[in-house]
Amino acid sequence: MSEPQNLRLNVNGVSCAVSVEPSTSLADVLRQELRLTALHLGCEHGVCGACNVLMDGRAVRACLTLAVQAENADVRTLEGLGDDRIVAVLKQTFREFRALQCGFCTPGILVLAVDLLSGSDAPSEEEVRDVLSGNLCRCTGYQPIIAAIMEAARRLRGVA
Amino acid sequence: MTGTDKTLIGRSMPRIEDDRLLDGAGCFVDDIVMPGMVHMAILRSSDAHGRIVSIDCSAARLVPGVIDVFTAADWPGELPVIPMRLIPLKSSEPFLQRPLASEKVRYVGEPVAVVIARDRRTAEDALEYLELEIDALEPVVTRDQAESAAGDALLVAEAKSNVSAHYLIGRGDIEDAFARAEVTLKKSFQSHRQTASPLETRGMIADFDRAAGRLTIHGASKVTFFNRIHLARAFDLDTDNVDLIATDVGGGFGVRGELYPEYYLAAEASRRTGRPVKWIEDRREHFTATNHSRDVDCDLEVAALRDGTILGMRGRVRADMGAYVRTNGNVVPAKAAQFLPGPYRVPAFACEVLALMTNKTPVGTYRGPGRIEANFFRERMLDMLADELAMDPATLRLKNLIGEAEMPFDTGDLLPNAQKVVFDSGDYPATFKLLLDECGWQPGAAEPSCERLPDGRRVAIGLACFNESSGGGLYENARIRVAPSGEITVSTGSSSMGQGVETAMCQICAAALSVPPERITVALSSTTLLSDGVGSFHNRSTVMAGSAVGKAARTLLDIARAEAARRLNTAPEGLDYDNGVFSDRDQPDRGIRLAELAAMLSDAGGLDVESRYEQAPLGFSFGAHAARVAVDPGTGDVEVLDYWVVEDVGRVLNPALVEGQTVGGVVQGLGDALFGELVYDDQGQLLTASFADYLLPTSTEVPNIRAVATGDYPSPHNPYGFKGAGEGGIVAVAAAVGNAIARAIGPGCEGPCQTPFHPERIIALLSAAKGKET
Repeated sequence: MSEPQNLRLNVNGVSCAVSVEPSTSLADVLRQELRLTALHLGCEHGVCGACNVLMDGRAVRACLTLAVQAENADVRTLEGLGDDRIVAVLKQTFREFRALQCGFCTPGILVLAVDLLSGSDAPSEEEVRDVLSGNLCRCTGYQPIIAAIMEAARRLRGVA
Repeated sequence: MTGTDKTLIGRSMPRIEDDRLLDGAGCFVDDIVMPGMVHMAILRSSDAHGRIVSIDCSAARLVPGVIDVFTAADWPGELPVIPMRLIPLKSSEPFLQRPLASEKVRYVGEPVAVVIARDRRTAEDALEYLELEIDALEPVVTRDQAESAAGDALLVAEAKSNVSAHYLIGRGDIEDAFARAEVTLKKSFQSHRQTASPLETRGMIADFDRAAGRLTIHGASKVTFFNRIHLARAFDLDTDNVDLIATDVGGGFGVRGELYPEYYLAAEASRRTGRPVKWIEDRREHFTATNHSRDVDCDLEVAALRDGTILGMRGRVRADMGAYVRTNGNVVPAKAAQFLPGPYRVPAFACEVLALMTNKTPVGTYRGPGRIEANFFRERMLDMLADELAMDPATLRLKNLIGEAEMPFDTGDLLPNAQKVVFDSGDYPATFKLLLDECGWQPGAAEPSCERLPDGRRVAIGLACFNESSGGGLYENARIRVAPSGEITVSTGSSSMGQGVETAMCQICAAALSVPPERITVALSSTTLLSDGVGSFHNRSTVMAGSAVGKAARTLLDIARAEAARRLNTAPEGLDYDNGVFSDRDQPDRGIRLAELAAMLSDAGGLDVESRYEQAPLGFSFGAHAARVAVDPGTGDVEVLDYWVVEDVGRVLNPALVEGQTVGGVVQGLGDALFGELVYDDQGQLLTASFADYLLPTSTEVPNIRAVATGDYPSPHNPYGFKGAGEGGIVAVAAAVGNAIARAIGPGCEGPCQTPFHPERIIALLSAAKGKET
């Protein structure tokens, strides 16, 4: 086992020092060291997307990202997006459209949807399906999630 | 029935689970950290079949950070035998699993040794230092090999065969039916090996307090009370001193929460080290350690008259059980056989059932166990029979579906434990017609010819019918407590697997007590909250736990009414009750609140009632699916374009919850029918142990799904008239999609008789059809 390395991470706007082995994933640091447990580990091989976090505004897999790669980046987890308008609207439409059941995949999908809606204010259903295909959900069958994201985009554009 | 009851039952009440889950503030087992907690990793066999020659743990013990290592030889006393929970059969007993392999290993993934270390990485890395020597034996991988196994191919030598169950079921005079038949058809079908793949893997924290004689397990679910009894026995503890604590869980679908070896291993690890021990399964491990399902084949024969009247069916069902009979393993072959006649009259039926042991991961239930298989076999057969008779498949079904006048319909003894099954209510043809309207199918019209898309793909619709039991599991308990503060807490033996059980229980409790749902707290978290209970499986939570909540509420209100009458110095029948307040009918300003009564009764234990709802006969929902698929004749690719489900679920508690269950179930079924397959090589190695190899459906592969739940035929067997709604979405998907593919390929092809519908299989069918045309 190799020597621990001292890192400075910027997570949810707070700078923090951690000491980790170079092979430690960002997901393990966030969940275990910083106790940010909204992100979940569903597969630990980059397929399911339950561990998505924003790194400099883009959704990345925290299970495939090494903690050392996140140094100097602005890392945001779902916990750090509490004041984000897009997240607030998404949470509302997710509730209304029943876009979650067990809720295990939900934080990763919300983070992904924030990335999508930050860059595109009027995505087509096809675009939403395409982006969402990077995340797995075993409960809902995706239909309500797609509807909730489309509706959130409409509301954020100010369309009643 | 009070005003609140009328408005709450049948309403899409918002889910009470959503706020915490949307904030990422759910509490899943891996989110829990306990003081002094250590981690466990399991060495699993990498051989499918062999004799253990030696296990050397000495090097692993020296790895920095490793706290303890143990194997079967270190177990104090006899290794416990993991029992059968459902359909326990004497013939299965030699094939029950123990928590650790001792003399032999029987599947890739079988636990052999346990390492406990300060963190998960250290524990997992230390597995590399365990030296396990295995003398390999010829593995048994197929049903045919299992059926004829002898000598070294026997999984358990003393059992003298690899057949763990063999029995016959049936009704009517099958010989006569086939003697009278004008048409008979015989086909072989196969349903592939699958697994549920909940997005959260399994996990737990065991905390064994030797001094107090207490065991606490966090991360339990599904059937906590059964598991509690057997863990108490295995570790010689009082049942009351074993507490199984349910957390939020990332999906269950049948596979989570059964009494698996890891429960025992984590408990023993904690007992040995005196520390809380966490185990979190990784995804690769999940693929070999968590129950598989649906690996069933069937030879099926149908006897009919030329007008389409089905006289009889006979079949031979063989289930590949894997290496051990798990807690609910016997459900799979039993239900695959029982549901073969399905929602049709089929006056004569006979089926031989074989459960066969192989060197593969053991099989258990996965959402719709046995039903998926039976519906696929039968519904494909009916479409082939319709073709044989040159009949519209919808007309053939309408002719044989059981009508309202025939209810209740006695199905005869179709289970090995002689449990009598009667279909309770419904008008199956009427509900089926609703589906035909939805998907625009005209029964009796000329065969809708297969459509061609401009890109050359062939498009057709396939139909399938099913019926489905719900409830079951003998009884369920519920407890309602009213605190002097006015807070009402409801607990049931059913726990939530993420499908909204908390919301359902809150809704029923609020309706029954005629109070706003906001005043109710749902506590499903611990086995200490109730004296006893059963759990969440077989479409049962709303039916069984919901009925128990209703019963507890009635008893609680009776007690409260008597006390209110005493306090108000009036007769109980002279009191009105609404919204948590009893008032004197003659003097409406004189009233007393439930909370006040709870305070007044505090010396007598307050207002705290636990009730048991005993199982009445099962309720049966009926439904039908239609799939419109496009088949690419060049690549064999199948795309599902549209999907319709109509299901009579009895009285509907929460339409949005039901729709969510149905749509989610359909998509799960589509993934199972089209993509995910657990493939073994001839050495018993699992080749598909990641999400890169075992494919799940994603948002780009799912069609628009229309789900209609009718409340037309309430079950007469429970006070609310509920029928289960958790499995109707998944159970006929393979059947409907298979029938659609067969119609898209067109005449001259018998269509798919095996799942999954992978492109290479479709190409083979297309070329066979072409060969016949020319």
